[in-house]
Amino acid sequence: MALEEQDFLYVSKMVREESAIVLEKGKEYLVESRLSPLAQQDGYASIKEMVQKLRETGELVLKLKIVDALTTNETSFFRDLKPFEMLQKELLPELIEKRKDQKRLEIWCAAASTGQEIYTICMTIRENFPWLRDWNVRILGTDINQEVLDKARRGVYSQIEVNRGLPATMLIKYFEKSGIDWKIKDDLKSMTEFRKMNLIKPWGSVGRPDVIFMRNVLIYFDTDTKKEILGKVRNIMQPDGFLFLGAAETTLNLDENYVRRTYDRGGCYTLKGKDAK
Amino acid sequence: MKVLIVDDSSATRFMIRKMLKELGCDVVEAENGKVALETLSSNKDVEVAFVDWNMPVMNGYELIQEVRKDAEYNNMKLMMVTTETEMTQVVKAIEAGANEYLMKPFTKEMVVEKMALLGIEGAVQ
Ligand SMILES: C[S@@+](CC[C@H](N)C(=O)[O-])C[C@H]1O[C@@H](n2cnc3c(N)ncnc32)[C@H](O)[C@@H]1O
Repeated sequence: MALEEQDFLYVSKMVREESAIVLEKGKEYLVESRLSPLAQQDGYASIKEMVQKLRETGELVLKLKIVDALTTNETSFFRDLKPFEMLQKELLPELIEKRKDQKRLEIWCAAASTGQEIYTICMTIRENFPWLRDWNVRILGTDINQEVLDKARRGVYSQIEVNRGLPATMLIKYFEKSGIDWKIKDDLKSMTEFRKMNLIKPWGSVGRPDVIFMRNVLIYFDTDTKKEILGKVRNIMQPDGFLFLGAAETTLNLDENYVRRTYDRGGCYTLKGKDAK
Repeated sequence: MKVLIVDDSSATRFMIRKMLKELGCDVVEAENGKVALETLSSNKDVEVAFVDWNMPVMNGYELIQEVRKDAEYNNMKLMMVTTETEMTQVVKAIEAGANEYLMKPFTKEMVVEKMALLGIEGAVQ
């Protein structure tokens, strides 16, 4: 059954308030296809009935479920490749040199989804800088969606997921077969820490990251939200830290305090005038 | 860029060929390892081979071993493309000299991602 306009408007307004995700007119189909399995699973006769229930009760659990269902969690191991190459070849060597006295590194994966990105970071570190085992390395993954975080924490991936972008040598080294699935080995898992976090709510403790991966999430937000988040990132990241955005995202025309640092056809962002030595 | 597809199933070869053509690759085909070696000897410009594991006459594992004995093919990338999904098999293929491993079934997107891992990015598209 088609989604009625007023229900669509109600849901999109609520989702925008809760998560900043913008669902413009024309996304009715997306909303419908994401919400109808949820309605069915929770025993509603239709999306309409589910939305009706939400209107009447404002029930928080239902609200969160709807928001979760409307997040896009698409991700893959070594997505776009270049960011991880840049991390390995340039950023980590520089940071390791600068932080050699404190022996401390913090990395924040700010829209971790099902974990492929954070484990890619872990593999990059273990593979190329094994001595960082002796350092205090904090690798934090956060996401608004509890379900994807749980999956990230479990670290169990299907054949389809490991078929995407994961080098066979990494599969061999860092995974073990678990039935028909593939499981991240505990050693790699133990490098990570996960927490539920909404980027448009107070951030709590994300520390002072040296590197932030905030890829393919700003793209869902409106301009003001992007500006606000980029401003907050500036305040928490190390003055000589690095920010990665998705391939289709930029700080340009949003925040003039970032400078792009290119690498091959990719790149990341640093803070202007603060490239402290 | 020229790619060799080695698979005893013509339907699979057809599917892979279609994907590779869409990515702008030239394609040659062989239905088993033995034929593949012949095809290679007359197609020295093959840069990547997609190699099925289970085939009659000469299987993909044996083909990879043969190719890796020949210094002439040092620069050729070999990708095992197979329904074999046990860890022991992945290890065996990589140890024999495969550069990558793709499990069937797969999508064009996965092919693009694997090619990128092989250092082939600009070439396809
Ligand atoms: C497309 S995924 C990106 C995953 C990974 N960073 C990558 O690039 O492959 C986007 C993620 O952002 C999360 N997300 C959306 N809105 C959010 C918000 N307001 N706060 C935190 N995470 C959010 C979604 O739940 C989803 O998992």
